[in-house]
Amino acid sequence: MLNIENLHVQVDSKPILQGISLDVQAGEVHAIMGPNGSGKSTLSHVLAGRSGYEVTGGRVTYKGQNLLDMKPEERAREGVFLAFQYPVEIPGVSNIYLLKAALNAVRRHRGDSEVDAMDFLQLVRGKIKALNLDEQFLYRGINEGFSGGEKKRNEILQMAVLEPSLCILDETDSGLDIDALKIVADGVNSLRSPEHSFILVTHYQRLLNYIKPDVVHVLAQGRIVKSGGPELALELESKGYGWIDQSAAASV
Amino acid sequence: MNYAEQFRQLAPLLPGRHLDWLEALRRAGEARFATGGFPSPREEEWKYTNVAPIEKKLFKPAAGESARVDKATLERYRLPEAWSLVFVDGVYAKDRSITAGLPEGVVLPLAEALERSPEQAEAFFHKIAAREEHGFVAFTTAYFRDGALIHVPAGLRLEKPLQIIHVATRPDGLSVLRHLIAVERNAEARVIETYIGTGSASYLTAAVTEIHLDENAGLEHIKLQIETDKAYHFGGIYAEQARSARLRQHHAAFGGLLARTEIHSELGHGAECELDGLFLATGRRHLDTHTLLRHRAPQAISRESYRGIAAGRGRGVFSGRIVVHQDAQKTDAEMSSRNLLLSEDAEIDSKPQLEIHADDVKCAHGVTVGQLDSSAVFYLQSRGVDELSARNMLTFAFANEMVEKIRPDSLKHQVQSALLAALPQADIREDWL
Ligand SMILES: Nc1ncnc2c1ncn2[C@@H]1O[C@H](COP(=O)(O)OP(=O)(O)OP(=O)(O)O)[C@@H](O)[C@H]1O
Ligand SMILES: [Mg+2]
Repeated sequence: MLNIENLHVQVDSKPILQGISLDVQAGEVHAIMGPNGSGKSTLSHVLAGRSGYEVTGGRVTYKGQNLLDMKPEERAREGVFLAFQYPVEIPGVSNIYLLKAALNAVRRHRGDSEVDAMDFLQLVRGKIKALNLDEQFLYRGINEGFSGGEKKRNEILQMAVLEPSLCILDETDSGLDIDALKIVADGVNSLRSPEHSFILVTHYQRLLNYIKPDVVHVLAQGRIVKSGGPELALELESKGYGWIDQSAAASV
Repeated sequence: MNYAEQFRQLAPLLPGRHLDWLEALRRAGEARFATGGFPSPREEEWKYTNVAPIEKKLFKPAAGESARVDKATLERYRLPEAWSLVFVDGVYAKDRSITAGLPEGVVLPLAEALERSPEQAEAFFHKIAAREEHGFVAFTTAYFRDGALIHVPAGLRLEKPLQIIHVATRPDGLSVLRHLIAVERNAEARVIETYIGTGSASYLTAAVTEIHLDENAGLEHIKLQIETDKAYHFGGIYAEQARSARLRQHHAAFGGLLARTEIHSELGHGAECELDGLFLATGRRHLDTHTLLRHRAPQAISRESYRGIAAGRGRGVFSGRIVVHQDAQKTDAEMSSRNLLLSEDAEIDSKPQLEIHADDVKCAHGVTVGQLDSSAVFYLQSRGVDELSARNMLTFAFANEMVEKIRPDSLKHQVQSALLAALPQADIREDWL
């Protein structure tokens, strides 16, 4: 599904990612943990195609294509989805408008016809109920005045409607209460299948109680310094990052 | 040939010639216009707007009866739930208007009122606009052809909105109108002024609306200006609010080549005034909005919120002035002007001015001029929307936040359509909104 090879990225001539390699097979769930400022969001943004990052080395292959050559919207239509750590507020465009625009962009790209208005409403109503969001949310501006937790659930709503192949969740669990965390985890688990892969960026082992990862990586100072099974997350929870890489710990 | 000579020939067409008080006002207006002409950029309040192109031309008022107007155009802008008075090239078109069911004597074309109940017109005509000094107002006083007289008696709540539809059809045509709106104590009304044009030629519309709000009266007034690309437009909306009177004014300007709208109000004790507005200066349009709120007595509240967008070589001007007079303690005034520039050649000048002569007041103002937020563009792209559409969506969103405030829904949708038609490369799906 996704292959990252020795990826180097800098921002304003400041190196941030310094040789990341990661291989995510179809159907796998990878968790990425690591101290603040280690480059997790940078990696997420580069995968989604945000401008302002300069790739100075390495390559990223997604479903056999050079991902870095594609525009952000092309990546989205090909099934790459980023749930933002800080979703933006866009007053004046309703959530439902964006959902429709996004879903139809994906469908057109696949050569499918646009979704029928009634079918669409039914689809969205089902998903929104599962996420325990009020239907009124659909008609509000995108994330406008949403609480932190509501914004995160809204990201998951978009993901649930679009059913992307590669879902990158950047700290979607941060700021969620226990119930919301379960709801978000259910959203991910219900999409989990051999066709869908996940990269979960998180600071807390808590999320991984609900979504069991195949692999856990530790990102520090722009490199993956350790990878392991789900037990690695438990170990990090109790010991912190210091024991892995003293120099990384010093910068926290 | 100039306007004075032109109107001398058309003198019999101007209404109310038999009324001495009106004749005197007309003559004073004519004299003022003859010496001063239209305002020039040398005047402080006109420094961003040069009306020389209007001065160079001689627009001609319609002769006889009102011209025929394309039915489809008219119906596109007529609100199904409103009464309507239609003016074609400044002349009342009775057969196009819908007045059935209006309470007797509440709404009359001004020319008719000057015949049938001149004392009613006299009570309100040029009482407020007299304060406005410049040539456009004098021009309309001298040469107005017709207008609407809306007089809502005490305690009456007009159940449906009244829409005044202005259609310009003739090349080089001139429409000059004076509207009077008087809402008595505890009465309420909703008035919508729609300005449209057909054809592609240039024309001039000059309209002045005077609004008298008695104690505790309420008026919702909406102006939609979607004149054609070569049109010139001047509109003055001048209000006076007695104790506790409420005015909600909304102004949407998407059309015209050169258009200026003035919205001025004087607020009495505890009066409330809410001004919302949106202008969209695309192509080579020059759109100027000038607001002036005078808090004359204590405890009045004003809320002013304007948005402007300029694209292409468009130019927008917003001057918002608030004057708090010495006696107006406990004034609560807020003004904001947010502006979006979509191209290098576009320009917006936003000039808020607060003039405060009382000491116990709450006044705030804010101005921003910026570009589209790149993180919002990226957010939409990351959901599969291409960059151009994302930009259009965000531009629409910025404007739509203002449009969302418009009632009734039928008018809101109309304004949304007009907005979409005017936006650069719009590809927003209206049926999804
Ligand atoms: N646009 C930018 N300009 C300058 N520095 C940047 C920029 N974006 C990211 N950085 C820097 O890159 C480093 C990595 O940031 P990033 O947001 O990827 O960290 P993170 O691992 O997601 O941290 P957190 O856990 O706090 O979310 C930080 O030191 C940050 O300050
Ligand atoms: Mg981050």
